[in-house]
Amino acid sequence: MARARPVLSVDLGGGLRLRTPVLVASGCFGRELGHLIDLRKLGAIVTRSLTVQPQRGAPTPRMAQTPSGLVSETGLQNEGLDAFREDELPLLQKLGVPVIVSIAGRTVEDYVHLTVGADLMRGVGAVEANLCSPSRERDGRWFASSPEGAAEVAGAVSRLTRLPVFVKLSADTTTLAATAKACVRAGAHGLTLVHSLPAMAVDTATFKPRLAAVTGGLSGPAIHPIAVRAVYEVARALPEAPILGVGGVTSWEDAVELFLAGAWAVQIGTALFSNPGAAIDVTEGIQRFLRERGLSSPADLRGRMIEPEAPRVEVTQ
Amino acid sequence: MIRARCEVLSSRKNGAYHSVTLVAPEIAEKARPGQFIEVAMPEGRQAFLRRPFFVHETSRRGGWAGTLEFVVEPGGFDTRWLADVKAHQFLDVIGPLGKPFGYPKRRVGCMLVSEGYGAGPLYFLAEELQAQGHRVDMIVGAPSQDLVFKPIEAKRLSRTIAVVTEDGSIGDQGHVIDVLPSAMGRTRSQVVYAAGPRPMLRAVAEYCRSNRIPAQVAAEERMACGLGMCWSCVIPVARRYGQGYDHIRACVEGPAVNALRILWDRWGDVASMPATPPEGFPAVEGLTELVERPTGV
Repeated sequence: MARARPVLSVDLGGGLRLRTPVLVASGCFGRELGHLIDLRKLGAIVTRSLTVQPQRGAPTPRMAQTPSGLVSETGLQNEGLDAFREDELPLLQKLGVPVIVSIAGRTVEDYVHLTVGADLMRGVGAVEANLCSPSRERDGRWFASSPEGAAEVAGAVSRLTRLPVFVKLSADTTTLAATAKACVRAGAHGLTLVHSLPAMAVDTATFKPRLAAVTGGLSGPAIHPIAVRAVYEVARALPEAPILGVGGVTSWEDAVELFLAGAWAVQIGTALFSNPGAAIDVTEGIQRFLRERGLSSPADLRGRMIEPEAPRVEVTQ
Repeated sequence: MIRARCEVLSSRKNGAYHSVTLVAPEIAEKARPGQFIEVAMPEGRQAFLRRPFFVHETSRRGGWAGTLEFVVEPGGFDTRWLADVKAHQFLDVIGPLGKPFGYPKRRVGCMLVSEGYGAGPLYFLAEELQAQGHRVDMIVGAPSQDLVFKPIEAKRLSRTIAVVTEDGSIGDQGHVIDVLPSAMGRTRSQVVYAAGPRPMLRAVAEYCRSNRIPAQVAAEERMACGLGMCWSCVIPVARRYGQGYDHIRACVEGPAVNALRILWDRWGDVASMPATPPEGFPAVEGLTELVERPTGV
């Protein structure tokens, strides 16, 4: 029997319907990618995190390669809200891909300002609130590091926009599910899991840190299993909330793993640096897999991991 | 920028370095001096990022038409792997990337200063400058004789050449900056191009700045993608108008950068970085006008 061609499009709610479940993660897209791939085959583009004022960012070196990973810290270099709206956004809108604006601030007020700004931009599909930048109001800790801090931002921004708000959290916390719940209760539409993990690397020849900023965020295949577990934990706590899974996705298997753990769509980041065609390859791989399994859409995989009947941990003493 | 699977035509030892020639007609056709390529490493490796290499030479005509050569200094795992590739193997290559060197608007003498492995992009530049009728002189430096990059080639490409080694095993003993002032006087060069390690680029840039000589350098900074997406490889560059400076990407707005606009003491070493003066940074005016970007790139 001939099987119908699987439909790749995914409805994330809040009016955000994507052609494919594969997005480009924040901090990893440049229009230059359009020279190498057909950008219209992407589900959406998440912009580099935008701040109210332009940021010159961290000094160099900004990156260090570690086993199966990349530790990097750009210090949120970006052109700032006004220049983004005037110069960058019109160019992004011509690409024929939904744009999700990532925002980052040091205060709740920053997030409010940015959300209002993004809401007024034409052609923006959603807001992704990056809660993993150092917060002035919380002694340099992230908003994402506590349920209260995260919910404060999530609540403030969600009330101010008709756009769906995805809150991006880190797995570097013991309260991930509680934080995610607090965000959704406060009004967030969905979650992006996970942000790069705090990390560092030291040069044994010079005794100096390998990044000028000393610490940075770890991304790449090394963090993929952490992302799978984070998505799984949050999806169990919040079965209705759309989750964008991100962390070390390099192949279609990685994407399917995140779907099975509960993700609605996935974002690809670091993999694009070595394989600019990664998002297309992953999309085609998902389509092939769905067809082979007789499934009609990525939603058929969502949270379909088969749980053991009674998870058992044996402890020997 | 093009991504292509390129056949290795030849791979050979070249003193302490290693030259790899690829069959890459589309990339070779477009590549200009100062541009680079990103070469993918074998799949399934822990170190998954591509590695950037300056285009050392392209052949657009004759029996080698459509080929491109880049130079590897075998050191880490990636570069040793590349030095080990054999003819007829295939490499996944993206290029040409970045902004090439600008050429002088009128006919002038050009001084090309390089040190060690950094000489790679300058030989390609020497050929292009000569083809345009400019006089080319070279200073080639290295720690020792075995690390002098293709001295015979340098001789062929320049009117005069000065070789400088740190240990004095060949040519003058010292650094390229020691012979630059006298070479500038002797050759009456009016423009300087430099490529090599950062301290040497800085010394050349400071000399050119105090003598008001237009200079461009091939700026290298650690990069993750080379395509303009990761914002790792930034260089602090003074704004052309007004005060202040910006972090520009070596891979898109560089690697060829106006050396006089680089803020050398804010590039890299954080420990020695001075505070921003209250009046801001001086604007860099003039000096940029002598050189222009080649058209069509």
